[in-house]
Amino acid sequence: MQSLSNRKKVLEQKPMNFWERMYLPAIAKGLGITIRHFFKKIPTVKYPEEKRPYSKNFRGQHSLKRDEAGRERCTACGLCALSCPAEAITMIAAERKKGEEALYREEKYAAVYEINMLRCIFCGLCEEACPKEAIYLDGPHVTAEYLRKDFIYGKDKLVEPAFDIKKLIQDKSN
Amino acid sequence: MAEEGKFKVTIDGIALDVAPGTTILNAARQIGGDIVPPAMCYYSKLEGSGGKCRTCLVKVSKGSEKDPRPMPKLVASCRTTVMDGMEVQNITSPDVVEARKGVVEMLLINHPLDCPVCDQAGECKLQDLGYEHGADQTRYEFERRTFERIDIGDKIQLHMNRCILCYRCVYVANQLTEGREHGVIHRGDHSEISTFIENALDNDFIGNVIDVCPVGALTDKTFRFKNRVWFTKPVEAHRDCPSCSGKVTLWYKGEEVLRVTGRKDEFNEVDEFICNTCRFDKKKTADWTLEEPTPVDKQSVINANHYENFTPPAVIKEDTKLQAANVEQLARVERLK
Repeated sequence: MQSLSNRKKVLEQKPMNFWERMYLPAIAKGLGITIRHFFKKIPTVKYPEEKRPYSKNFRGQHSLKRDEAGRERCTACGLCALSCPAEAITMIAAERKKGEEALYREEKYAAVYEINMLRCIFCGLCEEACPKEAIYLDGPHVTAEYLRKDFIYGKDKLVEPAFDIKKLIQDKSN
Repeated sequence: MAEEGKFKVTIDGIALDVAPGTTILNAARQIGGDIVPPAMCYYSKLEGSGGKCRTCLVKVSKGSEKDPRPMPKLVASCRTTVMDGMEVQNITSPDVVEARKGVVEMLLINHPLDCPVCDQAGECKLQDLGYEHGADQTRYEFERRTFERIDIGDKIQLHMNRCILCYRCVYVANQLTEGREHGVIHRGDHSEISTFIENALDNDFIGNVIDVCPVGALTDKTFRFKNRVWFTKPVEAHRDCPSCSGKVTLWYKGEEVLRVTGRKDEFNEVDEFICNTCRFDKKKTADWTLEEPTPVDKQSVINANHYENFTPPAVIKEDTKLQAANVEQLARVERLK
């Protein structure tokens, strides 16, 4: 049949000549390529010890943010769970008691906040829905686990560590 | 020409014959649909309510057949009665829409923007109004009016900061219960809803102040922070109640009844007031006879969890034969979960 694009290249098959039949030059050529690669820069990135730079808008593991005073921003309003297309987020709200003002920003807070990382599709809609700027998908990749239950991340994994300047200085001086 | 003894009124181009003495708002409600002015303070079941919030403002472009001059200012439709041949503009008039935007901004001046915390969010009339008419930014730069928290009993939570002073709860207390238990103290900008010397409200029908409150100023303490409205599923139910009609809406989360409220119609008014026993103490499915899922407005956020059946069908068919054959494997999988 006639080619439509007219770019078809027909290969000819000729019988091999003497040098080609000897195979030796071809073996030397192949070995040359292999040996050349010994001296090249290794492109493999040994993840997770070594990490490639992430793009600025990469969406990885969620983190629940704190405000400038170190209080949790999340008020358990449920808008992230509502917007979540994969229904990965659940939470239980609780009322802030007297004396907990330094822990939680508003009078209501999330006592339990769970994200099922197997369900999550990292679309970032929770980030967009949050009225309190409390959740961001700014973490690294979610790591692999052996058990399914370990993929349900609670507040212990999600809430960002409190910023403690004294501890930071102490660590630096040590 | 109108029927004998009836007044002809035209609202947004839709003509209707109503009895004399009907207010413009009620005439519009008889037509229904988009042209019904919103009402934050008017409550058809409460005598004397209305005329306070100004959200129901309409333009009367023709006073009546005998005096066709337009009314000089926008009028509150809940307090203005119709005249024969009256022509009213609601959403067709840019003046009304503009005025309503201003009213919403006024109502929001002292109303805290704490919808993420508020239990009323999702069924709050002020929130709806803000979305429909309000500006997307607040222009108010001053300190909002705040109050000390007052404890008015263990069943009802009062957030005075959120109150828009619609007086509905005061009318409920006056008209439904014996003896006036709470009211508005101080005047003007300082007014606040309070009980007399902070008496606990313990009348049998006082729980209805929760239902009539258009904002989150009076909320159910037994439902406080339990869940968000849009995650719960409303189901109509009834029971034999000696003191009230017993017709309620149950708000389910899973198998649990989180909250009991009166049944509300499309204007967000309860059909029949319910007693405190029904509202606060009967929170088991066994106490009620279930009827049907409450019809929810298509645009409502409660529809985010829309459902047709009481129990949705399982995704995978149960196969007892298969399960019996694989007991060992299933147990292994169960352990891994």
